[in-house]
Amino acid sequence: MELLYSITLGILTACGVYLLLRARTFSVILGLTLLSHAVNLFLFSMGRLRTDSPALIGVVSEHADPLPQALVLTAIVIGFAMTAFTVVLALKAAVELRNDHVDGENPDEDRP
Amino acid sequence: MQLALIILVPLLGAFAPALRRRDPVWRLALFAGLPALLSFSLLLSLLPQVLAGEVLVYQWDWISQLGLSFALRLDGLGWLFATLITGMGTLIIAYARYYFEGKATSGRFYSLILLFMFAMLGIVLSENLLFMLVFWELTSLVSFLLIGFNWHSQGARRGARMSLVITGGGGLLLLAGLLLLGQMAGSYQLSEVLLAGERIKADPRYPVMLSLVLLGAFTKSAQFPFHLWLPHAMSAPTPVSAYLHSATMVKAGLFLMARLHPAIADTELWFNLVVPTGMLTLMVGAFVAMFMHDIKGLLAYSTISHLGLIALLLGLGTPLAVSAALFHLVCHALFKAPLFMMAGMVDQATGSRDMQRINGLWRYMPVLMVLTAVPAAAMAGLPLMSGYLSKKMLFVESLQVSYPFWTTVVPVWVTLAGLFSVAYSIRIFHNVFYNGRPLDLPIYPPRQPSRRAMAPLALLTLGCLVVGFAPALVYDKVVAMAVNAASGTLVPAYDFSALSVARWPMIMSIIAMIGGALFYLARNPLFAIHSRLPEVDAKNIFEWIVDRAIAYSQRRVYQLENGSLQRYLALILVTTVGLGGWALLRFDQWQGPIALSPVDAMSVFGASVICLAALGVVVFHHARLPALLALGVCGLFVTLAFARFSAPDLALTQLSVEVMAVVIMMLALSFLPQRSPHESSLPRWTRDLTVAGIAGIGVGGLAYAVLTRPVDSISDFFLANAVPGGGGTNVVNVILVDFRGFDTLGEITVLGIAAVAVYAFTRDLHLKERVAQIADEHWVADPHPVILSMVARLVLPIALLVSAYIFLRGHNMPGGGFIAGLITAAALTLQYMAGGLVWAQERMLTQFRPLIGGGILLAGVTGMGAWVFGYPFLTSTFGYFSLPLVGKFELASALLFDLGVYATVVGSTLLILANLGKLMTVAGPGKEIG
Repeated sequence: MELLYSITLGILTACGVYLLLRARTFSVILGLTLLSHAVNLFLFSMGRLRTDSPALIGVVSEHADPLPQALVLTAIVIGFAMTAFTVVLALKAAVELRNDHVDGENPDEDRP
Repeated sequence: MQLALIILVPLLGAFAPALRRRDPVWRLALFAGLPALLSFSLLLSLLPQVLAGEVLVYQWDWISQLGLSFALRLDGLGWLFATLITGMGTLIIAYARYYFEGKATSGRFYSLILLFMFAMLGIVLSENLLFMLVFWELTSLVSFLLIGFNWHSQGARRGARMSLVITGGGGLLLLAGLLLLGQMAGSYQLSEVLLAGERIKADPRYPVMLSLVLLGAFTKSAQFPFHLWLPHAMSAPTPVSAYLHSATMVKAGLFLMARLHPAIADTELWFNLVVPTGMLTLMVGAFVAMFMHDIKGLLAYSTISHLGLIALLLGLGTPLAVSAALFHLVCHALFKAPLFMMAGMVDQATGSRDMQRINGLWRYMPVLMVLTAVPAAAMAGLPLMSGYLSKKMLFVESLQVSYPFWTTVVPVWVTLAGLFSVAYSIRIFHNVFYNGRPLDLPIYPPRQPSRRAMAPLALLTLGCLVVGFAPALVYDKVVAMAVNAASGTLVPAYDFSALSVARWPMIMSIIAMIGGALFYLARNPLFAIHSRLPEVDAKNIFEWIVDRAIAYSQRRVYQLENGSLQRYLALILVTTVGLGGWALLRFDQWQGPIALSPVDAMSVFGASVICLAALGVVVFHHARLPALLALGVCGLFVTLAFARFSAPDLALTQLSVEVMAVVIMMLALSFLPQRSPHESSLPRWTRDLTVAGIAGIGVGGLAYAVLTRPVDSISDFFLANAVPGGGGTNVVNVILVDFRGFDTLGEITVLGIAAVAVYAFTRDLHLKERVAQIADEHWVADPHPVILSMVARLVLPIALLVSAYIFLRGHNMPGGGFIAGLITAAALTLQYMAGGLVWAQERMLTQFRPLIGGGILLAGVTGMGAWVFGYPFLTSTFGYFSLPLVGKFELASALLFDLGVYATVVGSTLLILANLGKLMTVAGPGKEIG
């Protein structure tokens, strides 16, 4: 299970990083989302992988580590806010610069 | 307390002239003079204690963890310098009253001078090395401002810059040196450092430390080759030159060498570093001074030469060398300051400082001539003058050098330098007051300076005479205790009677005097030779170096920072991957001791879907809509992964977030191009793939290594205390709202800020043309499908009920403010999507910012509520209550906190979505969403 989890994490990270390096803002947003999935899963796994043992006192006897869960929970919400912010940034850049290249200038167009 | 007053009085006094700068000069001089005089008298009142050998320490702890304390120390050495600084300062302030007569800038001058006095007193009275350094840099800064006092002249600006770069740079080296010294001594307190001398000298880091400290001292005290800044500092007003650049600031380096003498001096390395530097400085200064036609230029080089002389004495290491050094330091201050004052007066009287034009002034200012004769003679070292004794002391010490090779070199060298100094001393007096008649002066005839203006000069001249006639008295009362403090031992009193009968020093003096006179007589042919030499301006060379350095670093910066964000991101990632990979490569065992847990078919399926979806995003990212769908799939299966591995709260959160993230991205996609062009070149593509591959392998490998190792978590505490301490059985929620409530408070604040930032960005984003274009394209065939809107309206109350339920049970079962907030937001978003923005706005709240603010406020106030009961911030409390019908139930203050979280999450999410949605509305924005 641990191996499977690690491979999945690796693939998510690799895809995220690759997309981060693309030239168009939308690809970068996609990459950022994938990378934040990877990061969340990575942080979460620092409490080790447990099956059927949520951190609920009195419901089950074995408990997963609640601390990484609490940290990742807020990370997910903040990650969402950041994604929204990046999206708006991309929109603003696209409108003001009339293209959606990350560097703000379209390599195919001649600069005015 | 008196100690603190001594240095604080000038600091406080510095405000008065700055605030009342329109007042007449005499009143400003009074404002400035009183604090200086007060400090001076305080020091005098402490003289008996200091003479008795007491070390006064005043300490006030500041950051004791860093070894930083505001500590002052007054011993003989500090007293000597502090008295010099305040006494000389008072006289300079009095002198400047006439120098600045009728000039509007005097207020600035006086407050800077007092600031400088404060900084300089700080250096000499600091007990803490780090504090001393702060003052050290402060003097460099004030000196910069004072040299650039006439900022409209280019020469002043460049001179100021040069001095700042050299002395400020030296200060940085000194910082490194002092940090090392502090580490070696185990303390930054001077009292302890001074006692740790033997340990310091035995330390292997001693050479590095000594070089750094000495570089700091040399740059400040204008030792060769750092002396270049001093002549260019002469563009400062003359009182500044007299005070900073001859009597006080340039002595700071020498002070440091004397101060740290017991701790770091008198080793072979010390000798080899200090003595040659001092000798070179002494000779270069004395030789060049002769050829300076500018009076202040001559005095500047002469100052350099004397600084070199004192450094040389401090380096010699013979028993009485330190006595000679400090004695000469006092003499130098006494004779150089009046000469500078004379230079300033001549400058004002004739409008020129060029000695080729200023001649024969004895006819016009005989009093000044008489007053100047004494310090000039002292500088030359004529018999009965103070300089005569100190120069002879130098000769005596030079004869006692025991290092081979140096035994003959040093005496010959100092005699030669003495010869030059006699020559330039004769020159400054003879050339200015005799030597024929003045040649076309800008102001003719020269104006006689007023009697009162000459009073400070006369006082200093008197001082020269006193030292010359009663050297033993001055030595015993003023210098001896400083020598004791500087050498760390009791040095026997200096025998001045033996000095007058010593044979070799006498011969050396005579050689210097006769040789100097002959050298001066031969000046005209020498000047002719000198004027044919190519003129080298150190300022130009310096500017050239600085320009080249700036141009070079600019080129490098532009190479690295070429404006391409894509490139920056690549650089950051490559660095991260590189550093992380390098650290991981040294990792010898990936597989930890824990056996792998078994794999089931569902997990394999889920993992495969995540991987395939992620790869799908990459493969399809040119066609953006399919890529977004793949991303949604990926997110949903991440949700399942959380559920699979016992994290119900995370799964709920991820699910709601996923929905809204995809909605937002869909919104964005409708404005952005639908396809990404294929534009990456093959090398770029390969590079990115490599980086991504390494990153993936690294993260995967790291996770694997961690997962197969045992865990030692602090979470047992949370698990054990969730119910008794937090009153909830859902430990994740208890951590969020209770144990780590402060984190959560910060996190919802970040969320709110992000939402407000989105609001600010979208508010003036005009997508009108674009929206119209999209509407024509009929990107969406039916913007608000009937079935969707009907279902959405039905779902809303149910969804709200669910979110309320999730919210209330959150403390004990999966749920809580974050999740409930996201569910509410998702349900309301659905209304927007189904009915359209305008439709939704008519029925819903449109002001979300108050909701965000209110949420954060509620959470914060709940936290502060704990204060009322005397508990720390965010301590929660809970109790069990029972109501008829409902039965027994629990109420925790954490619930209120969670309510704040809920409100913030709902407000932020809807603020983001509604504003993005508003951009899409062709028919106008409708109501303002805020």
